[in-house]
Amino acid sequence: MAIEAVNITKKYGENIVLNDFSYIFPESGCTCIMGQSGCGKSTLLLILMGLIKPDSGEVRGRPAKLSAVFQEDRLCENLTALANLRLVLGKYNSAELLSEMTKIGLEGCENQPVRELSGGMKRRLALLRALLAEYDVLFLDEPFKGLDSCTKARVMQLCRDKTAGKTVILVTHDKDEAEFFGGNMIEFGERSV
Amino acid sequence: MKKRLITAAGVAFWLIVWEIAALCVGKEVLLASPVRVIIRLFELVPSVSFWNSVLFTAGRVLIGFFLGMTVGVVLAVISGKFSVFEKLLAPLISCVKSIPVASFTILALIWISSRNLSILVSFLIAVPIVYSNMLEGFHSLDKNLSAMADIFRIPPVRRFVGIYLSQLMPYFRSAARLAMGLCWKSGVAAEVIGVPNGSLGEALYSSKIYLETTDLFAWTIVVIAASGFCEKLFLLITDFAVKRIERL
Repeated sequence: MAIEAVNITKKYGENIVLNDFSYIFPESGCTCIMGQSGCGKSTLLLILMGLIKPDSGEVRGRPAKLSAVFQEDRLCENLTALANLRLVLGKYNSAELLSEMTKIGLEGCENQPVRELSGGMKRRLALLRALLAEYDVLFLDEPFKGLDSCTKARVMQLCRDKTAGKTVILVTHDKDEAEFFGGNMIEFGERSV
Repeated sequence: MKKRLITAAGVAFWLIVWEIAALCVGKEVLLASPVRVIIRLFELVPSVSFWNSVLFTAGRVLIGFFLGMTVGVVLAVISGKFSVFEKLLAPLISCVKSIPVASFTILALIWISSRNLSILVSFLIAVPIVYSNMLEGFHSLDKNLSAMADIFRIPPVRRFVGIYLSQLMPYFRSAARLAMGLCWKSGVAAEVIGVPNGSLGEALYSSKIYLETTDLFAWTIVVIAASGFCEKLFLLITDFAVKRIERL
């Protein structure tokens, strides 16, 4: 069943972030939500995930199994990189997780506390966690921010391979990223849709 | 190593200051010298009655401390979950916080025997400290991580161990350190008022009555050492347990 946003409006004080937004997200494939910073892309994603309530309107057909890369990394800073993965990915054993970490360029830092990792490493760890989790819909909120161009290309390729045929909703302000993932595209205006 | 040397030098400095002050005063009944106090400690330590007194007080203070920790944490969990309960409890907690130990003690002597006085007093001292610290910890939990746990459907036990435990531990440790010190202080103070037989409080009281200032200093050092030892041991065991749990 496809996720459907129906007449969603969200305001923060006097600032209308989403104004009567409606859209039916396709059941499989990638949907890219594009637009400048502050135009309500992340707010829409959080509403679709059910983490914030819209002022009016509703989300229909939200599946039970979701996975996400949030705007922030949302990792447990005191835990090691491997422990962060194990927290979410109970069905994987350590060897499998280490192999996946190598694929995304995080080899050798499995026992490092997350607080000691660089911004780019944290981002990749958050992305890996989301990609390996069981899901019906994957939400990606600017998942490649903070990555250098070489790492970004490699990680984007891995991400596209791993999400092939699955339902992905990607938020980005980078047109190249949107084109790389293809699929439907929603473009947000300066303020709201 | 360097840090230990600096600490030792600091202690030595103040012992010298104490010795000089004692020499200047010149009367042991007013200010006992550290050398005399140490000699007295060596006389006290091998005796059975010394260890009986230490165990008598330590047992009761620790029972009060553990009961206080348990009740404080449970109340904080409920208050963290239900703000109505937090508001209901607020006047009681601030009341318990500000009542002087002497008032507690005198009132408690009407209800219970002086032998168990230090349990009640330690308990009443520990509860508000642990409650306030842990509640602050619950309020400062990262909501983003809770939302992440919701999205990834992390089971409750794994969620507690992986996400909440590490965030709450600093608050728990600071509460335990503060509560342990104050439990000893107030527990012994209560014993000085209630004078239960064979307690550290009774030993301090006797020193005062017979103007044995050297004994007073020696027993005070025993209380400080016992409090410090209990605090260090408790934190050591707690940290070890948390590490084991997080590894599961």
